[in-house]
Amino acid sequence: MFNSIVMVKQVPDTANISGKVMKDDGTVNRTKLPAIFNHEDRVALELALQVKEKYGGKVIAITMGPPRASDVLRECLYMGVDETYLVSDRKFAGADTLATSYVLSEVIKKIGNYHFVFAGRQAIDGDTAQVGPQTAEKLGIPQITYTEEILKVEENKIKIKRKLDGGYEIVESTLPVLITVLKDVVNPRPFSAKRVMAFKNARSVMDLEKLAEENSLLYIDKLVHEYKEKNLLINTFTMDDLNLDVQRCGISGSPTKVHKVESVVLKGGNQIKIEPTKAGLNNLIDQLMTDHIFA
Amino acid sequence: MNFTNEVWVFIEQRDGKPADVSFELLCKGHKLAQSMNGKLKSLVIGDGVKEIAKETFKYGVDEALLVEHSSLKNYRTLPYSRIINDLVKTIVPRIVLFGATIIGRDLAPRVASNTRSGLTADCTDLQVSDVKYVGKDYANLLLQIRPAFGGNIIATIITPEVPTQMATVREGVMELTPVEYPNEIKITRIEYKPDPIDELVQIIEQHREDNKVNLKAAPIIVAGGYGLSTKENFRLVEELAHTVGGEIAGSRAAVDAGFVTPDRQVGQTGVTVRPKLYIAVGISGAIQHRAGMQESNKIIAINSDPEAPIFEIAHYGIVGDAMEIIPAFIEAYKHKLK
Repeated sequence: MFNSIVMVKQVPDTANISGKVMKDDGTVNRTKLPAIFNHEDRVALELALQVKEKYGGKVIAITMGPPRASDVLRECLYMGVDETYLVSDRKFAGADTLATSYVLSEVIKKIGNYHFVFAGRQAIDGDTAQVGPQTAEKLGIPQITYTEEILKVEENKIKIKRKLDGGYEIVESTLPVLITVLKDVVNPRPFSAKRVMAFKNARSVMDLEKLAEENSLLYIDKLVHEYKEKNLLINTFTMDDLNLDVQRCGISGSPTKVHKVESVVLKGGNQIKIEPTKAGLNNLIDQLMTDHIFA
Repeated sequence: MNFTNEVWVFIEQRDGKPADVSFELLCKGHKLAQSMNGKLKSLVIGDGVKEIAKETFKYGVDEALLVEHSSLKNYRTLPYSRIINDLVKTIVPRIVLFGATIIGRDLAPRVASNTRSGLTADCTDLQVSDVKYVGKDYANLLLQIRPAFGGNIIATIITPEVPTQMATVREGVMELTPVEYPNEIKITRIEYKPDPIDELVQIIEQHREDNKVNLKAAPIIVAGGYGLSTKENFRLVEELAHTVGGEIAGSRAAVDAGFVTPDRQVGQTGVTVRPKLYIAVGISGAIQHRAGMQESNKIIAINSDPEAPIFEIAHYGIVGDAMEIIPAFIEAYKHKLK
């Protein structure tokens, strides 16, 4: 029996930027980008589910983000996780990787009783690959990044093949360990139709609070109780639920600041147009020979 | 805020061979140290790596910090990060730079997390400058410049309120130029104190192939893109490369389509190159690709779409069908050599 906690993230779809999200000045309107499940995290989840199927245990998915990030947790439920946690608070907003890893490590400590923490190598909105290792450091546990394959899980250790620059290595780690996963190592399973039916009404405490605010006949405590009974509650941690140093959260806990942002502008300039003719190409080759670029 | 006015570069070694990117970073670090009147130090960890420590002086190092032990032969996260955590916390350097390699990206976040330093990944440029931020003046801050948001913007990140500023930088982005007058060699040995935690992860075996493809060292690169449509058409790129004595490369789209192997991918998620000549055939020139080749000395773009962004950065632009232009180019070239 091995328990896994999977860190997942909802990200703006930066890979598929279409004309619809471009502003008149040619820059990207980020608020219009669709929010998606970060692909590498989904691969990490698949690996965790495979470990569960092979060796038994439980898979828990956690995400930090705005209330609507509960969307990715529902998707985790559709794929097969046992429990979900939404970590959300205005005080967490604007967190860089250091502040994010601080909060996530405290969440993981609170959940406890885990053997593995899984995450995608990196998220497409920042491509930093920092949150995994930073969380492992704060938990005081080893890490195996750039995982390509889980070879074997034993009583108190795991054997993994991981990528190296120009090759690979096989390493063995004691448990618990944090594992980050490369994008192509396994194909994430599709949603199970049965699970979609079962969990499509799963809601976070924040969703339920909103529901209660809109309808005076509903009481939040009762709602939470009902959803929990039906196994449809997405557990929710806010600042108050965690024992956190507020100075280390959100913007105040984030050392990195964006000083300047420039939209990419093409340089343009001194291009010489070459006609696709014999004479044109001859001139070009002569020029490159004069410049000693061609021998 | 207390810190020592020093720039450190972590010198990555694999099988006792130093990584190019570490020396590239020393060259950049040398400039950064000069502009803040500080010192440049190389940080060398391994087993029998004193020669590497000596070699770093070619690139303007003032002092090398050397940690040697038989159990440090191969990079492992826990002992390496523990060593650097302790050194950073004791000496508090102003800047620490790592290569954005698999090792660097495994190590740097661990150190930044422990020392609560600011860290920016995959920088494409670094500068030291005085900065006014939210009404406060800061002297000699590290500007950490990187593409963000899928390459659509260039962001300058600063970490004004922490003593140590950290960044990882991709291979091939900074220029490698030895200094004219190296400093006298000064190596300081740091003692390694083993700890059981260092042995939690063991390396069972390692396989490394020497990079057969060395795009970074190639003076001429001929790269093809998705515009070539088929693998057969891509052969023309190979023929052109062969004729002019260049290496073959491709855009990400060409790699994804299976025209060319991933180790030949140029761009943000591939290799960064700066050859004497870069010939881009059927490559539209998305920002992610340009990030990996725009520093090339001369760029020839061949594309049937006159509006393709690649023309914006090309020195020579040829609008037309690559299937006709390349054979004509090859023929003209061969004719010249006769």
